[in-house]
Order: sequence, then C-alpha cells, then structure tokens
Amino acid sequence: MANQGPKSQTILVVGGGIAGVTAAVEAAETGYDVIMLERGPALGGRVAQLNRYFPKLCHPTCGLEINFQRIRKLKNLRVVTMASVSEVKGEKGDYTVSVSVAPRYVNANCTACGACAEATDMEVDSPFNYGLSKTKAAYLPHEHAFPMRYVVAPSAIGTPEADKIKAACKYDAVDLEDKGESFDVNCGAVIWATGWEPYDPEKLESYNYNLSADIISNVQMERLANHDGPTAGRIVRPSNGEPVKKVAMIQCAGSRDHNHLPYCSRICCLGSLKHAVYVREQYEDAEVDIYYIDLRAHDKLEAFYQRVAADPQVNFVKSKPASIRIDEEGRPVLCGENTITRELYEAPYDLVVLATGMKPAASEGYVPNIAMEQDEYGFLVPSIEGDGGIIPAGVAAGPLDVSMSVQSATAAALKAIQAVGPKS
Amino acid sequence: MSDRKPGVYICKGCGIGEAVDTGALEALASGDLKVPVCRQHDFLCGADGVATIEKDIAAGAVNQPIIAACSQRVMTDQFNFDGAQTVRANLREWVAWAMPAGEEDTQMAAADQVRMGVAQAGKMDVPEARVEEGLSTRIMVVGGGSTGLNAALEAAATGHDVLLVEKTGKLGGWGAQWSKRMPHRPPYRDPQDNNVSSLIKAVQGNSAITVMTDTTVAETDGMPGRFSVKLANGAGEKQEAVGAIVVATGWRPYDATKLGHLGYGASPDVVTGVELEGMLANGGVKRKSDGAAPKTVAFALCAGSRDPEHLPYCSSVCCGASIKQALQIVEADPEAMVYIIFQELRTPGTAEEFYRQAQEAGVIFMKGKVKSVGADLTVTVDDALLGQEVPMEGLDMVVLATGMVPNATDPDKPAAEDGAEQLANDIDPVAPIARAGAAEIATPAWGEAAPEGGPILNLQYRQGPHLPMLADGFADSHFICFPYETRRTGIYTCGPVRRPMDMAESAEDAAGAVLKAVQSIRSAQAGMSVHPRVGDLSFPKFGLDICTRCRRCTVECPFGAIDENEDGWPVLNASRCRRCGTCMGACPVRTISFDNYNVQMVSEMIGAVEIPDEFSEKYRILILACENDAAPALDMAGINRHSLNAEVRLIPVRCLGSVSMLWISDAFQRGYDGAMLMGCRSGDDYQCHFVKGSGIAQERMANIGQTLQSLMLEEGRAKAVEVSIADSAKVGKMIDEFVEEIRGFGMNPFKGF
Repeated sequence: MANQGPKSQTILVVGGGIAGVTAAVEAAETGYDVIMLERGPALGGRVAQLNRYFPKLCHPTCGLEINFQRIRKLKNLRVVTMASVSEVKGEKGDYTVSVSVAPRYVNANCTACGACAEATDMEVDSPFNYGLSKTKAAYLPHEHAFPMRYVVAPSAIGTPEADKIKAACKYDAVDLEDKGESFDVNCGAVIWATGWEPYDPEKLESYNYNLSADIISNVQMERLANHDGPTAGRIVRPSNGEPVKKVAMIQCAGSRDHNHLPYCSRICCLGSLKHAVYVREQYEDAEVDIYYIDLRAHDKLEAFYQRVAADPQVNFVKSKPASIRIDEEGRPVLCGENTITRELYEAPYDLVVLATGMKPAASEGYVPNIAMEQDEYGFLVPSIEGDGGIIPAGVAAGPLDVSMSVQSATAAALKAIQAVGPKS
Repeated sequence: MSDRKPGVYICKGCGIGEAVDTGALEALASGDLKVPVCRQHDFLCGADGVATIEKDIAAGAVNQPIIAACSQRVMTDQFNFDGAQTVRANLREWVAWAMPAGEEDTQMAAADQVRMGVAQAGKMDVPEARVEEGLSTRIMVVGGGSTGLNAALEAAATGHDVLLVEKTGKLGGWGAQWSKRMPHRPPYRDPQDNNVSSLIKAVQGNSAITVMTDTTVAETDGMPGRFSVKLANGAGEKQEAVGAIVVATGWRPYDATKLGHLGYGASPDVVTGVELEGMLANGGVKRKSDGAAPKTVAFALCAGSRDPEHLPYCSSVCCGASIKQALQIVEADPEAMVYIIFQELRTPGTAEEFYRQAQEAGVIFMKGKVKSVGADLTVTVDDALLGQEVPMEGLDMVVLATGMVPNATDPDKPAAEDGAEQLANDIDPVAPIARAGAAEIATPAWGEAAPEGGPILNLQYRQGPHLPMLADGFADSHFICFPYETRRTGIYTCGPVRRPMDMAESAEDAAGAVLKAVQSIRSAQAGMSVHPRVGDLSFPKFGLDICTRCRRCTVECPFGAIDENEDGWPVLNASRCRRCGTCMGACPVRTISFDNYNVQMVSEMIGAVEIPDEFSEKYRILILACENDAAPALDMAGINRHSLNAEVRLIPVRCLGSVSMLWISDAFQRGYDGAMLMGCRSGDDYQCHFVKGSGIAQERMANIGQTLQSLMLEEGRAKAVEVSIADSAKVGKMIDEFVEEIRGFGMNPFKGF
C-alpha cells in the first residue's frame, strides 16, 4: 500500500447550503481541488431563505456574502448548480460519482439583466418564498443569488411564453432545448451536506394547515418578515393583508412526536422566540403566545430566551394544542389543554405559526448508495465499517443550528483532506 | 508597478448602453484621461468581449484592465486575467440600473465611475507575497482531555507534528475518570462506553505527537508559522516553536460550595454530578454517610445554571448527563426510585430518544425548580404543574447537576496584572430587544461571568494576555456563521472552553479547530491572509521616514498585527494581519499602505471626480461603503432597480476601519458637499469581521467635526451610518435623506478654489 496514493485528491461536496458551502470553502482553502454540487439554482440553501439569525438578529446574507467572496477568490473550487448525484462508485481515494444536472434553461451567458423576466407575464409559485408569492416564469432566485443567474421555470417550457423569454435575451443565454447533462466526477472523498426539508405541515392533520392562509409554517414566517419576501417584510395576515394583533406559535409541530418526527429539531424554540421579536418589532400592541413542551435554549441562547420572555406581551403556554379549527370569521382557533393550569382553551388568533421541524433531505432517499449508515429518521451516521471517504456534514448528520452546522462542516473538511492524503 | 498599462473596457450591455453615452465615456478615457487602450463592447462578459481583453493583455498592451461594466461582485471569473490586475468601475448596479436613463446627471455619474477606475489603477500594484521560510508546521494542543486528545490525533492524521500540553500529570481529563458517555449513535438509547482510554493509547502510540504533562504555557509570543511558546513544568521552562495553537482546556464544574441552599455541605449525601460519576466509575453509587446504595435518588437540574446568582447560561449537557446517570443507577438496581427535577428538559436532536429511554426505564421526571435541600435531604420543589411548593422526603441521595465553567482562564494561575479589563463582556446579553413603541422593556439580570485566575496562554500581545471571551466567559467566536473566526490569528479554541458541549460534539469541534490551524499555517507559509480576506497577499507597509511613532496603528489593530520595538517603531507580525487596513485608517501621517489599497489610491479616486461649479446646482457627496455589507446592499438596490441619487459618488472600502480621515478632509477641500461612511453594526454586538472597524470610524468621524469647523463647514456634512446587508430597500432612502440634509446646508463654499 505504501506506494499507492489516492487516484484522485479532488473533494466533492454535495449540497450548497451553509454546511456545503462551508465544507467546500474550508477544504479549498487548504489547497485541495473541490467541486461543489447544489441541487437548486443558487447557493445558500435554507440559510439564504432566513430573515435573521438568533440570537444576534443579524442577517444570514452577511455571512453568505463573506463566503461568496471566498468562493470568488478560490480558483480550485468549482461550483455546479442544478446538480445532484445519481450514483457513487468506488472507494476512498478513487470514487466515480455520477452527476446529473437538471435543465435551468439559462446558460452561462446570462448577465442577470432581467430582460427575460420583463418579457413574460407568466407567473409561478415562488420556491424561494415557500409559495407565499408568485414570481415571473423567468426569475432570479433572489437578490443575493450566487451565481447571479436567472432560471426559467420548467412549466413555461413549450408555451409561447418561453419563446417570448428567449426572444428578449440579447445574450443568447436562454436555451429552451436545455436537456440537462450528466457527467462523472472522479474524486477521493465526498462530503455529504444535503441538509433538510421543512416537515410538511399538511401532515399535521388536526392543525388544518390547508384551511386557512393564516396558518403558516416557521420557514414561511422567515419569508414574511424578510424585506425581500412576499410583503417586503411586513408581517400581516396572509388571508387579507391586515395587521396582526394576536399571534400563536406552536412548538414541536411534528417534532418530538412518534407519528411524525420522533426527535427534537433543536432550532424551533429559538426560531419561535425570534419570530416573537419580529412581530413585536412591528406592532406595539401585538401579543404573542408560544405553546411549548420544553423551551430548549441552550448555552448563551438562554439569554435570548430571557430577553424575549421579559416582554409582557410574549406569553408562554405549556401545552401542545390538540387542534386548530377555523371560526365563523375565518380565524384559526387553537384548542387544547394548558398542562400547568389544566384549563381547556379555545383561543382565536390572527396568525398561527407552526414551528415545524427539520426532516433530513437524505430521508427522501437522497443518499450516497455506499458506505453510509442512516438512522431510522434518515440522518446519516458515519459508517463504522466504512473507509471514511464519505463524510456527512451539517443537518444531513443531525438536527443542528447554523453555528453547529458550520462546526460540523469544518470538521468534515478536515476529514476529507485526511481521506485524500497529503497534497501531492 | 513600474510599468502600468491601463486599458478601459466599457460594456454597453445590461442597459448601460441605453442609460449612458458610452461613446462619450470612451472619448473621456482616451482623451482627458489619456488611457491608451479604450474599447466599447456590447457584451463584455461574453466570450468575444473577454477575448478582446485577453488579446490586449497577450499583446502586452494592457496589464490593468479597467472593466467599466457591472459590480465587482459579479463576473469575477470572466474578468480575472492571468498576469493582469483587474479594476472594476460599476456602471451597471450603481448607475444604469439605479439612475434615470439618458439624463445628464446619470452620464456624469458614469463618467466619474470611469475616472475613479482609472485613478485607482494608477495607484495600484500587484501585491508581492511575503513568503517566509523555515516556518513551523507543528501544532500545539493545550489540554489533554478528550477534546485535546482528539485534536492531537486529528492534527497528526493530517500530517502535522503535535505538541500536546497537559497541565495535570495525566491525560484524559474528566472523561478518563468516568465510566460511560451519552449515546451519539443510533439507536441513541443507551449509555455508551467511554473511549477516552483508547484515545490516550492512540496518542501515546503516535510518534508524531509529543506529550508534555504537568506542563503549562507560561508565555505565548509570535504569530502563525512561528509562535514561540514558553512551557513551564516542575523542571523549569522550555522554549518551543509551533505553527498554530489549538486550545482545548475544557471546563471545570461550578463550585458546589456556593450552592449551600441546595444542601451541599449540609449533608454528605448531597453530591454533585461529577462526584456521582466518580462513584459510577469506581464500584457503584454509595452514600458517603453510611456506604449504602441509595434506594431513592433525586437529581436537581440547573444546580447553579440558568441562575443569575451563579451561572446565567444553560450548561447544555447536564440534562443528558443526569439521564445517563439515572439510567446507570436504575440498571444497577432496578428497584431504585430515581427522580429528575427539571425546569425545561433539554435533550435536543436525537437525544430525545435518550430521554424516552429513561422514561421507559421508570425514571420519574418532575417539572419544577428545586428551591432548597435540607440536611435531612428534604427537597423542596416549586412544582410547576401543581403550582405550589412540594416537599420530597425520604430521599437517600440528592445529586446536584452543577454546570460547566469554561477553562478560558486558569484558576490556578495568578490573575494577570492588566488582564481584568479584557474580561469585560463584549456581547451584552441583556441588551433590550428593539420593539415597536416607545417603551423599552427591561431585561432580567444576567450574572456577571467573571472568570477567575490567570491567562491560559499568557499572550504577549498588545491586546493583553487573555484569550478573547464572550459575555458568558466562554472563548467563543463572535459570529454565528464562523464559529472559528478567532480574534487571535492562528489560535483556535474547541470543546467546552468554547461552548458547553458533550464529548461527541467536542470531538467534532476539535477536528474543526485543527482544520483552521492547518489553514493558518499554510497561509503563513504562502504569505497570505486567513479568513475572511483569504488569499490576500497584500500587507501593510510602513514608510518609516515619516512615521512619528505615534503608536496609533499598534493600538488600533484589532489583531495585534503591529507591535512596536524598543525605539517605538512599528513592527509587523505579518501572519497575524487580516488585511483590513485599520492601521492605514489610523495613521495620521498616511505612511501605511498596501500595494493594492492605499491612502493615495482612494485620495486620487476622490480627486478624480469632477466637481461641478457652484452655479451648477449639482451637489457631490462622497460615500465610502464597506465592501462586506453596505456595498453589497447598494448592489442589491440596483438589482431591484431602486433609485440611487445621482449626486453621490460611491467608493467601496475594505472596512470602515481603513478609512483615513484625510479622505474626508480632502473631499471637502476639493469641493464635495458632504461625506458619509456606510458600515456595519458596531458596539458590543458588532458585525464587523475586523472587530471594530465601524466603531472606530464613528469615533474618528466624531473628531472630524472639529476639522470641519476649522474649515467653517457644518459638522453635519460628514457622518457615519450603520447599514446592514439586508438594507437594499432602505439604503437609497438613507442616501436621499443625507443629500437633503446637505442641501439644507447649501453648497460647499470651497467649490472652485
């Protein structure tokens, strides 16, 4: 073995969210060649869709900007968007990874001038705003998108709108014939950082998510509060655009529940505390009720909890609501029992935020087909028998907050450079 | 650069050609600005446009392409040319997309962008790397507990020699004294074997790792690639050279003698969690009073934690550790009754399964706060569910789950003479949260974390001997996105000294810190900056001929990159430097410069702008915008086609800390009517990746008021504002408001002089 170095020292990172970006940049900054694949049209993942972070209430785009600056400087880091892995073969030091790239219908000629979007009236649900708004069928993923390149919605292809979109582009950047592509990557290590999906609130049947526009999920709340979101940052009732006076957050909406996600998703408590701040920053008279089982504010995050809890208009109700019904006025009404007072409540709200949990994207079957163990929830566990060449990072490996995901990704970068060996 | 060959390339695409007369811009560049190569292109970033530039470079006609097109934040690959230095002049986001097409003011803004680009090129050189030979690649790991052992093994596995320094006589830390750990692999149900003894064996058997026990760090000097550490043990002191340092000094339990109200000291059968671990590892749990195995045990969680009188923060691991101990007790004696009294049961993530396991094993969980524990082991619980105080009697043992105190200081070392002030909080954990309406809501008390003892590394830095700490006493990063963004380049903390964490997470954290240590050594070798300006080869150069030895640069550098020698001359610790330029902004005689970023360069850019005369009714306002937050926000304003006042002239800067006040006074003397700095949030909860750039700029701007007064100008003509990267919708309005304020003052009377 002594003379057999790895055949490839390239590190492949699958996933371009905060964990993937971190792992890719950190590994590339040690001098190794890195290829990063992102399934969507732009990097940043869930983090790019957040309004602000707890506990500093700072903007995720700030850290992403620094990371994008790092990516721009790294000639040894190649980013491929719209790309996912279809197969992994081989072993540490010599993997062949089959990559399929979905059509974007917009090629590298795109300058992001926006003429294509202007040319069409066709609109599609905005994936970035979790369906809370529409976007043109030719769209920039968002104002901070990296790469800064448009996308044409697949639903426009084959319609006359697509021709209008193509005709509007002066730079021959719209490719309606785009069929995507497939290619193989030879690499020595793979970092699997495919992150999470928000748990589907429709599965929480008794909460009747579909019966009222005023029942939203926590990730939608982030968009509602964002200046680049559907309401330019104004938190209003989605049903009628009216201001909100009474808001409820339901913790563990799906998490810590054997029928849904048996584990604790870790971030939702702090997320809802942050959402309470969003509401109270905008409304002097608003009240927020947080329905919870245990308020899990670790380490210094405890201070954030205390600071939010000091607000007499933020109330904590130890209870998991049994159901939500819709009253005659169309308002959602929370029904359940307060576990401390033992009182039954039926409380109407202007807006109900379901603190839905994190479901690993890998639970949907998006996992490397070798050398990876998965727990019953779909989180990846480094295989004890494996050779250490495939390394999980971030929420793919467990429900983590941003800081912990970055920590996990940085560790994964080290494991990857160890796996491919000293730079030759 | 001895032979600068600028070339101006004006893009007509993306609406630029419709918004401005690019022919006039080309004429300006080739005429007044005397740039020999000037071209226009319909689609400059396209293959043909790029080839045009490449051809000029290959022919030797151009080595400084000035790209008058889009923002410096896009098309960076397209406009990156080997053997040439690219300058960007933003005609798209900041002019064509933000100002009305075809108007005179828009054309003037575009012309000034070209002028500034050419001026910038005229003062820019390609930075020469400052490569140093003979640097150490060895990594010193301080602390031989499980985090430190993991760090040492990770560093060795990455090909680095390791010096592992442990203060006590034995490796292994707390973990070595314990029997089991919390589970971190599926099914996450049962306490796992503790792997510390195998870690110790691996470290001892690894020839790349030198272990020094009974050793502390007496002094740390130097910088990445050549830290010089003085190690002290019983035999004396020894100097060692290392390339980077990983601090894994762990934690100590909160002093239970301060928890008299919880019965500690009143009864021998009130024990701490750590004491219980000792029993579990050594023959089982026995009452100290009579040696009997307890039949009923109560765990009091948050014993000291989440308590402003003791440890204000949550120690994170105590819930899980108590569950583990409870399970061990129940396993040893299935008849034992074990109660866990908690306020909030915090078993995040998959640890939820561990909580379930304990519930299924018969451990009784009670929500409430333990108010007191008597000498007879009567526990009084403020029962949250019953809403009243409930005494629990007949217990055989009470376990206090005391929290974690970070070893960011060494309690056994004497306090540093001038160390106290640097232990001051730098994030205010009780700062009121902004809310609508006038009333500020008082926040509850948050105990002062006042770490005791002396500095771990005893840093010989101007900033003092301590590792920077946050308000809770942990030596953590200030940034959520960058947990390893250290304020002492080349020194990285991990494990519970950084944040309360369990063994599994500490092992991962150790790997993360080692990665950063590896990078810092590599960067030092290549003469380039570490995060966030990774790869930057420029570094501050000092013109000692005019240096007045005022020491402002050494004082203001946030990273200790500049020291002074015995005679007071500045000396650069190059590999500590993060290239923010704060020293440059600090220097009153403007003698600090970077090859590609210097006082003269920005002065020339400011001077290049054409100032219309006083009869024109056209104002000119200078805006210096931090390239990390404000400049991107301005770009995004353009992307959204928000309007930008055509009377402002924008220059991106590395950090507001790099802003020389000369630029401001220059601007007014040249006839600008106002000047505004746009940077990120300052103060305790700063956003600046160079720690205090924005805050320093505000202080300097407060002083510029006097300068303005001496020029008979209103103080309000210059100001610094805080902008976040998410302010794309607001930033244009902030500028409009400032322009209105300036219009209120009228034109600068210096115009035309």
